[in-house]
Amino acid sequence: MVTLRNVIHSAIAMMICFGSLAGMYALLGAPIVAAAQVLIYLGAISVLILFAIMLTQAGDANLPAPFHPQVWFAAVTAIAVVGVVGWAVFQTDWRAGAVVVGVGVQAIAKALFTDYALPFEVIALLLLAAIIGAIYLARRPEDDERAA
Amino acid sequence: MPSLEGYLVVSVLLFGLGAFGFMARRNAILMLISIELMLNSVNLSLVAFNAYRPAPQNAGAIFALMVMAVAAAEATVGLALVIAIIRSRQTAEVDDYSDLKE
Repeated sequence: MVTLRNVIHSAIAMMICFGSLAGMYALLGAPIVAAAQVLIYLGAISVLILFAIMLTQAGDANLPAPFHPQVWFAAVTAIAVVGVVGWAVFQTDWRAGAVVVGVGVQAIAKALFTDYALPFEVIALLLLAAIIGAIYLARRPEDDERAA
Repeated sequence: MPSLEGYLVVSVLLFGLGAFGFMARRNAILMLISIELMLNSVNLSLVAFNAYRPAPQNAGAIFALMVMAVAAAEATVGLALVIAIIRSRQTAEVDDYSDLKE
């Protein structure tokens, strides 16, 4: 998906990837995270990105070369990162349980509103700030002049 | 049943793909998509660690939910910035944003 020339195709591949990740979360016994993945990523962020693409792309005629000139450097760096972290994954003794232990929705809700109440509020404040900032940034410039 | 290592390998590959896309692509929106991919890979590893934990805990799932909320905020502000820049520069190619260099 990062190699496709047309940005719309990349966005659709990204949606498929997000959907597969939601399935993986369900397999890992975290249905609340899977539901949040579908709602936030498949529902909100994908639509946001598709809207941004449609607002900004003039059409798919004469698309420029998709890659930066430093593509080989980028490929080598990415493969090196994957190699080092993958090596660490197999070298480490994780002492993992043999079976998946699911996370109950009720337990998550209880923890979110007791132990993690402060981060929850901070996240709410962050989202509010992000909404205000996004509205301010994406406003059309002529609106300023009309108001002034 | 797949093992913890299997999920971690998927997560690492996804992160590498996102990092490659971020470094190699020239389109600003594609770079944002790559960032989302990297955040998702970290989420996957958090949920996987939480699922294979020895003792019952649910911090991993809660962290994943927090990361999702922060990712949503980041995507909102990032796309607003990209749209504002594209509106004034008429291009999505990051190599053309070189005003500060000149």
